[in-house]
Amino acid sequence: MTTDGGTGPDPGPRTRTVRVDLMARVEGEGALRLRVRDGRVASAELRIFEAPRYFEALLRGRAATEAPDITARICGICPVAYQMSAVHAIEALAGVTVPAPLAALRRLLYCGEWLASHALHVVMLHAPDFLGYAGGIELAQDHPERVRAGLALRQAGNAILRTLGGREIHPVNVRVGGFYRLPTRGELATLREELLPARDLALDLVRWVAGFAAPDVTRDYRFVALVPDDEYPMNHGPIGTSTGLRFPAADFAAHFGELQVPWSNALQARARDGAAYLTGPLARYALNRDRLQPVALAAAAAAGLGAECRNPWRSIVVRAVEILHACDAAIALIEAYVEPDAPAVPVPLRAGTGHAATEAPRGLLYHRYTLAADGTITACSIVAPTSQNQASIEDDLRVLAGDWLQLPDAALRERCEAVVRNHDPCISCATHFLDLTVEHVAG
Amino acid sequence: MGRVIARRIAASPPGGVAVVECAGDLAELVAALGGAARVVLVDAADFGAAPGSLRRLDVARDALPVAPAWSSHGPGLAAAVELARRLGSLPPRCVVLAVQAGTVAPGAGLSPGVAAALAGIEARARAELLAG
Repeated sequence: MTTDGGTGPDPGPRTRTVRVDLMARVEGEGALRLRVRDGRVASAELRIFEAPRYFEALLRGRAATEAPDITARICGICPVAYQMSAVHAIEALAGVTVPAPLAALRRLLYCGEWLASHALHVVMLHAPDFLGYAGGIELAQDHPERVRAGLALRQAGNAILRTLGGREIHPVNVRVGGFYRLPTRGELATLREELLPARDLALDLVRWVAGFAAPDVTRDYRFVALVPDDEYPMNHGPIGTSTGLRFPAADFAAHFGELQVPWSNALQARARDGAAYLTGPLARYALNRDRLQPVALAAAAAAGLGAECRNPWRSIVVRAVEILHACDAAIALIEAYVEPDAPAVPVPLRAGTGHAATEAPRGLLYHRYTLAADGTITACSIVAPTSQNQASIEDDLRVLAGDWLQLPDAALRERCEAVVRNHDPCISCATHFLDLTVEHVAG
Repeated sequence: MGRVIARRIAASPPGGVAVVECAGDLAELVAALGGAARVVLVDAADFGAAPGSLRRLDVARDALPVAPAWSSHGPGLAAAVELARRLGSLPPRCVVLAVQAGTVAPGAGLSPGVAAALAGIEARARAELLAG
């Protein structure tokens, strides 16, 4: 059987290569290659060919106070995550923990990002896979109310981003130490009025996606997520694993390492023992389920999720539960709002290295900054969730595609793309990094 | 560029016209399109012409091609228009004025060709808003 759309010699009847040159309904530009030999999946490669964007090099020589604004440009869907990991890492180095009212506003901002990101993915990118549509636009033709509900949820998230972040794309109100401007009580009251109907839509969304037919699959993921004692994770907490480890973000590099693979511009990450691991909604749910808002916990139970979910095809349900959680948590945060004494607290910059990890919608986002005494960034490391999840996504492809080998190439391609979409990859984030060496040539 | 045109029109808007600046978010675009009788969308584009060149697209009549791979900012204008059409909320008269960009580099500002064409683009947008 020949390759599909490729060039070169026929590899022979016992070898089959299925190639997707440009994946649809994933953020960014990526492809995948699956090799089958003697009736078994020999390899699966998630090929990120979106150009590397050298953000870690760009940050060198910049002031630490610029990190939130620069890193926010890594991604248009999850800029708050980059801002939060950046400010927390720099504040950690300074030994500063912002007061509870400012921490609450940061959490509210993150709720907005989870809402906006998850809603777009669940309804426009992922649900079509379960209902047989090419995409969200085609889904809208037959299910307009579902799509309108998804857009309304995204708008509710955007409203939070605008109110606390200054605008919904690349928010500008986040700074080291807090914010540039505090929201007024009137603005928060308006937000609450938007979030109340959004919460009802979110509950309905969980019920809708819970009814999707999904293959019965159990994967042996090694889950990794923040595991704070007091809340479902967003901005703080140690890093925990399903293998029982607990450690601070400062020990991230002792447990995980990045590696370059020849088929991808994006680095992959693995545990130091070589194992793949998974971050994101399935990991957060497995390690923190009992800290969901009660309405979300009840909805998860009603949806049949159980104590943990290891079925990637049911990640859409977990994501919908997190939408509901974010709505309810946002309302609770607004109702309990105590106005901070000031928009920000002083953060005395000093030489050294600071680390932080926060929970982007797609999973754990780790930042490390080394500063000079004047607060200039001399080195940094940013490990995006999609980089960390790539190995697990490829493992999913190797394991699951074996059941579909009898399908024609087009159908097999569609199934493989759906496997990738289970994990909502953000390819722009995954390609933020490569080493940059500048060689000055005379003449 | 689109924002510049929007602000020039907002400075003296024709009667019954609301000027909306939109960062491009899918949900916000679809919401902005709903409820209007006529919409004129102004945006930068790349169709291989001289910077500042204008192309008019009657999207109420003709579908826009939607790119298969979405950017990190989510689906673009074309996806929003097509989604609004499927949801039944695309205005009965909806025109895109696509302006050939000279550069889209961050912080670059308007290229000379686009800057020179602003008055003409504004006049065209106003004419579309008032067309019978």
